[in-house]
Amino acid sequence: MEFSRRETLGLALGAAVMTVLPLRVSASIVDDRIAEFTGGADMADTGIELTAPEIAENGNTVPISVDAPGATAIMVLATGNPTPGVATFNFGPLAGSQSASTRIRLAGTQDVVAIAKLADGSFAKASAAVKVTIGGCGG
Amino acid sequence: MISRRDFLQVSMAASALVGASGFGNWGRLAAQQSLTQDQLLQFDTFGNISLIHITDIHAQLKPIYFREPSINLGVGGNKGHVPHITGADFRKAYGIADGSASAYALTHDDFSSLAQGYGRVGGMDRVATVINAIRADRPDALLLDGGDTWHGSYTCHQTAGQDMVNVMNALKPDAMTFHWEFTLGSERVNEIVEGLPFAALGQNIFDSEWDEPAELFKPYKFFDRGGAKVAVIGQAFPYMPIANPGWMFPEYSFGIRDEHMQEMVDEVRAAGADVVVVLSHNGFDVDKKMAGVVTGIDVILSGHTHDALPEPVLVGQTHIIASGSNGKFVSRVDLDVRDGQMMGIRHKLIPIFADVIAPDPVISKLIDEQRAPYADQLSEVIGKTDSLLYRRGNFNGTWDDLICDALLSEREADIAMSPGVRWGPSLNPGDDITREDIWNVTSMSYGAAYRSEMTGEFIKVILEDVADNIFNPDPYYQQGGDMVRIGGMGYRIDITKPQGERISEMTLLKTGEKIDASKSYVVSGWASVNEGTEGPMIWDVVEDHIRKQGTVSVTPNTSVNVVGA
Repeated sequence: MEFSRRETLGLALGAAVMTVLPLRVSASIVDDRIAEFTGGADMADTGIELTAPEIAENGNTVPISVDAPGATAIMVLATGNPTPGVATFNFGPLAGSQSASTRIRLAGTQDVVAIAKLADGSFAKASAAVKVTIGGCGG
Repeated sequence: MISRRDFLQVSMAASALVGASGFGNWGRLAAQQSLTQDQLLQFDTFGNISLIHITDIHAQLKPIYFREPSINLGVGGNKGHVPHITGADFRKAYGIADGSASAYALTHDDFSSLAQGYGRVGGMDRVATVINAIRADRPDALLLDGGDTWHGSYTCHQTAGQDMVNVMNALKPDAMTFHWEFTLGSERVNEIVEGLPFAALGQNIFDSEWDEPAELFKPYKFFDRGGAKVAVIGQAFPYMPIANPGWMFPEYSFGIRDEHMQEMVDEVRAAGADVVVVLSHNGFDVDKKMAGVVTGIDVILSGHTHDALPEPVLVGQTHIIASGSNGKFVSRVDLDVRDGQMMGIRHKLIPIFADVIAPDPVISKLIDEQRAPYADQLSEVIGKTDSLLYRRGNFNGTWDDLICDALLSEREADIAMSPGVRWGPSLNPGDDITREDIWNVTSMSYGAAYRSEMTGEFIKVILEDVADNIFNPDPYYQQGGDMVRIGGMGYRIDITKPQGERISEMTLLKTGEKIDASKSYVVSGWASVNEGTEGPMIWDVVEDHIRKQGTVSVTPNTSVNVVGA
């Protein structure tokens, strides 16, 4: 590998963060953000679909999409990023569908969480584990 | 309308039939020294559709030896289930007699002595004979190539896949899906695919910029066969840019995309498909999981993990067929499809015994033409082996032990790393090692043998990362290779632990000292996915090493201590 020493160290550090620390490096921030969004209400596990790759092809730009029919807002969090907040999509009454796609940057292997606020005021949550790997040996 | 229970009975009867007529006999027949082409090809044509599946040929045009793994561990729900059983357990599961032709084809024990009796396997001219025989029974049989076809040999490398394209085109496949093909680089892949006289399929091949299905690769194709409409959906290897160098094909994105697979199944059903076949390069465990997630698939022709199974594995109503690798097997799958439903299946895994099945003269000639310009290079004898050289196994194999020895000595390294790929034929004790043999286990488009310093901590991170690609209990996180092979260092692995906790007791073998997390070690390896990797080509490193040795001997490797198997 043209691992120059600097790149090697960079890789090693990135990878070490990913493996040594727990997945949710910012658990309290995540909990706070969720509480802020839901006001502490319970969240159903149906009513929202989150689509994300199982293993990121490139952790710097990971395509995700969310779909929650009837939602007024969907919040997306990258629970393992130093700044977990990704986006909150708001849907007006004239919105044709309550779905959105974007690309996000992931600092390492972690759970991506999406929470929808539904029209009746209830909440739904979906979560997907996305692995960020250094790659290598395919059969 | 067939009930689910009837359906299961029908399919079980069919597989039991083949189990009895096809498999049980081979051992006895072989013992009588009477294994014949007719017996290998014997098949009572069934239903109205025939599928011919071949996969993971890895550019092996000529007959070779190929030893199956002695260790192939399953984790989570797949622990102890096929294909994660080997040796005597495998023979017991399928009623295969010790020492029989089937034992030789499907298991590892006594490989070298059985090889003397049963000889080489594979050869695309023998495969052609089998295909022609099936087409004689069923002229419109579908030939489906599961990919990893345009990679893996000297001539394939020198011609950028053209030798394989020429030979496969002559066999007239109906569809193909992909993996290592992309390591030719996207420009070359596009060039070949644009000229292919058959369908290039992959419902999960996307344009990376727009995250939309790639234009060049269609998700599926319909075939009218036996009065029924057959939909073949392609599924390329999901983790191409992760397991292989993504910079070589930056325009493409992959992934399992099972929700898109479901959309495609629904789409072909809505368009009138009577039967849905997925031509997959997912790997066996990923296919098993996908069969449980996606509804409406009748048959998955499974590739990538190189498993050869004598019977289909049923998940819900989906039959999964695994057809081995390196041209060693062809699967024939006959289907009875009526009234928009699959009513039954009959299957046979046909081992290509090169000395039993006659080569097809037209294809033999074509293969010779591909090889002729390189004949001198291919046949040059570099050395000899005293030991059985094989690759397959979760943790090490003698070929990679030899390759790691070459890296340690030629690149003056403390530790060597060789990728856990599953391709590469075997050699028996006493065999010459030719240049072709070395290229068969090393050739690739990113074969530079790097030499760099890595800390003990970083080496552990690499091992943990690769181990999780194999032993993550969720198959969707498995990439389908084996563990990175390590020379010069021993370690302990507990496959039941999560990532970060599997690897321990890393020891530098030359001193017996524990690996120090903060200390730097000189590491040499090959097949880095990083762009700009520098170093001599691995086949040259291995050739130099073997030339110096003259005759190579590889002692059994006991440096990996496996726990939790």
